[in-house]
Amino acid sequence: MADTPIPLEVRNIKKRFGDTEVLKGLSLQARKGDVITLIGASGSGKSTFLRCMNLLEQPDEGDLIVHGEEIHFKQTRHGREPADWKQVVRMRAKLSMVFQSFNLWAHMTLLENIIEAPIHVLGVPRKEAVEKARALLDRVGLTERADAYPAQMSGGQQQRGAIARALAMDPEVMLFDEPTSALDPELVGDVLKVMRDLAEEGRTMVVVTHEMGFARDVSSQVIYLHQGLIEEAGTPQDVLVNPTSPRLKQFLAPKY
Amino acid sequence: MEPLNQWLAALLEGNVIFTPQTLGYYWTGLVTTAQLVFLSLLVGLVLAVPLAILRGSKHRWIKLPVYFYTYVFRGTPLLVQLYIIYYGVVFVDGIQQSMFWPILKEAFYPALIAFTLNTAAYTTEIFHGAIKATSRGEIEAARAYGMSQGLTMRRIILPSAFRRALPAYGNEVIFMLHASAIASVVTLMDITGAARFVYARYYAPFEAFIFAALIYLCLTFMILYFFRYLEKRLLAHLKPLNGT
Repeated sequence: MADTPIPLEVRNIKKRFGDTEVLKGLSLQARKGDVITLIGASGSGKSTFLRCMNLLEQPDEGDLIVHGEEIHFKQTRHGREPADWKQVVRMRAKLSMVFQSFNLWAHMTLLENIIEAPIHVLGVPRKEAVEKARALLDRVGLTERADAYPAQMSGGQQQRGAIARALAMDPEVMLFDEPTSALDPELVGDVLKVMRDLAEEGRTMVVVTHEMGFARDVSSQVIYLHQGLIEEAGTPQDVLVNPTSPRLKQFLAPKY
Repeated sequence: MEPLNQWLAALLEGNVIFTPQTLGYYWTGLVTTAQLVFLSLLVGLVLAVPLAILRGSKHRWIKLPVYFYTYVFRGTPLLVQLYIIYYGVVFVDGIQQSMFWPILKEAFYPALIAFTLNTAAYTTEIFHGAIKATSRGEIEAARAYGMSQGLTMRRIILPSAFRRALPAYGNEVIFMLHASAIASVVTLMDITGAARFVYARYYAPFEAFIFAALIYLCLTFMILYFFRYLEKRLLAHLKPLNGT
């Protein structure tokens, strides 16, 4: 195990929007098979932190190491930017993201959505990509919906489809940005079930979520963020059952 | 051919205006109109796609010239543009000695140039609007999946923008067909040109122009039908499933 590079490591990430510093130096290490959940109140910076991991947001400071390869940055007039966009493209292909609002490509059928990036980014032959996509659709329970357009599917189906799209990339790490927050309550379960299965088969995942049950049952590590800093981190037992910080205690207290 | 000719002869019996000769004029007019509109739309479309992309550029010195072009061509009457190109081209130094003169001295090509530049300007703005309306989330997903800017444009933004632009572009095509009638003022024998000729010859305004109008109506119907078909095929993704 010592030789396999760590799938994702971020060190001391800082990010400001105008005058507000939203991330004040955050680090995280996702080893193979880790499921790391980021929790915290809205505005705590958890989504921004996740988006810095695949450079949808550019961190102002900090290091990013994907599968042992450090991402190079340079200073420009507009702030810090990746020095080599080809490297970023390569690195993004290793981290696939599942979004809160699904973000499936609306003009493509579900199957086309799933084969798009493998064919055009990874260069997988079409036939192979289609076979794999069909297998993934079986997995997420959408065998029948291969030819449906996103607008013709329920939110839960779209999100499971988006997970299949993420899996088709054979990612090192899967990033989930509040994957169940835009769903009707009765549709949340299906999506969480797919995510639990992924965790069980040893996928490396970083998940921003409000689903405490999922965080408790599935995570190897829970990180509680408060105002851009890690307030408490550890096993689900430590963080969710025996929290020490008063703020986290309040955050976890039943609201009603 | 023979039965058709007989049918035509019977139809035209006792008719002084719609003789085979004047119908021939209308036919030539139809061909000219079709060529003019089709070619200008085709070239205009080819120009409009890259222009629409440049129009949305972040760099001021790329987007401003494109905006200036569309602003000028959308902000002035097509007839004035046609006059400037048709009458003005003669005054360009050395143009009469150049290799382009045999082309430019025909009325057809100045009209084609004016129509092309005009439709390209409108189409650029239609596409620009459609590109701008692409969902942020879908572009973000493309970036997150490792697509480069060029690939995102080609695979995600343009295909979705074209579909969104389709209804507006269909209107532009019909608008161009009707605007092409002004080609007749620079001596071109398009459909309207043929109608003017017939009117002058027989002093029969209703027959001459209503017949021309009917031809335009038929053409418009064909265009509408074509775009209805395209929309049905390409905009399927916007319809909820219970509609099908």
